[in-house]
Amino acid sequence: MADEKIKKVSIIVSRGSLEGVYPGLIMANGARMEGMEANLFFTFFGLYAVLDKYMDNIKIATVGNPAMRVPDAKGFPLPTLLGALPGMSAFATWMMNKTMDKLDIPPVREFIEMISAAGGKLYACKATVDMFGLTMNDFCPEVDKVLTVGEFYELSAGSQIIFT
Amino acid sequence: MATKNIAGVDVNVNEEGYLTDHSQWNREIGEAIAKEEGIELTGQHWKVLEFLQNEVKTNGALPTIRRLTKSGVVDTKTLYQLFPDGPMKKASKIAGLEKPASCV
Repeated sequence: MADEKIKKVSIIVSRGSLEGVYPGLIMANGARMEGMEANLFFTFFGLYAVLDKYMDNIKIATVGNPAMRVPDAKGFPLPTLLGALPGMSAFATWMMNKTMDKLDIPPVREFIEMISAAGGKLYACKATVDMFGLTMNDFCPEVDKVLTVGEFYELSAGSQIIFT
Repeated sequence: MATKNIAGVDVNVNEEGYLTDHSQWNREIGEAIAKEEGIELTGQHWKVLEFLQNEVKTNGALPTIRRLTKSGVVDTKTLYQLFPDGPMKKASKIAGLEKPASCV
């Protein structure tokens, strides 16, 4: 007998770097493309992906990333010390955005709009919202609601929960 | 390779029901596959299907959803309403094209 199909996923985005945000967005969008229900839950620095004022400036972390190579994925390892140079993160982000655009992976804001239009739901974590002193006005319009952990688990009933 | 009788024609299909030879496709076959998928094709559906077929003909590959929606043929929300439960998979199946192989 074939394994049962996944019908519903809850994806938690907990990091605010470009490489922290994209996997969750790609997985949520991919779930909708497969006809699954998709809920995205943004917590801690992952919230920056849906903060209206900051979501267009999500950057790659070039420090503390030992897999980082320059000028491309098969180039030389980037020493952490050089990764800290001013502009390094912006440069790496610019390079990657260019490549992603070619592959039709949209910028963060467009991606969020696309997932929402595709029927994916987006939620912000209440604990972080309180901690960062945020209100609904700080979020992009696609964010449906601020949720407590309990509410998140409730709406995730029957879901696969994926933490990124 | 399996053959399947769709709309009175024997066509070659893979194990998931996608046509393996697009030259065997015609609109009646498209209508029949759509019906199997629970979709009644309208003019708006056909616009999407024809766009996909044209893209494959000119670029040799299915477009991404982003490319499709940016073309002005359909917006994301409408696309998901036209082809519920996996729009690109269903649309390419109905259009007699291969299964989409893109992550986005």
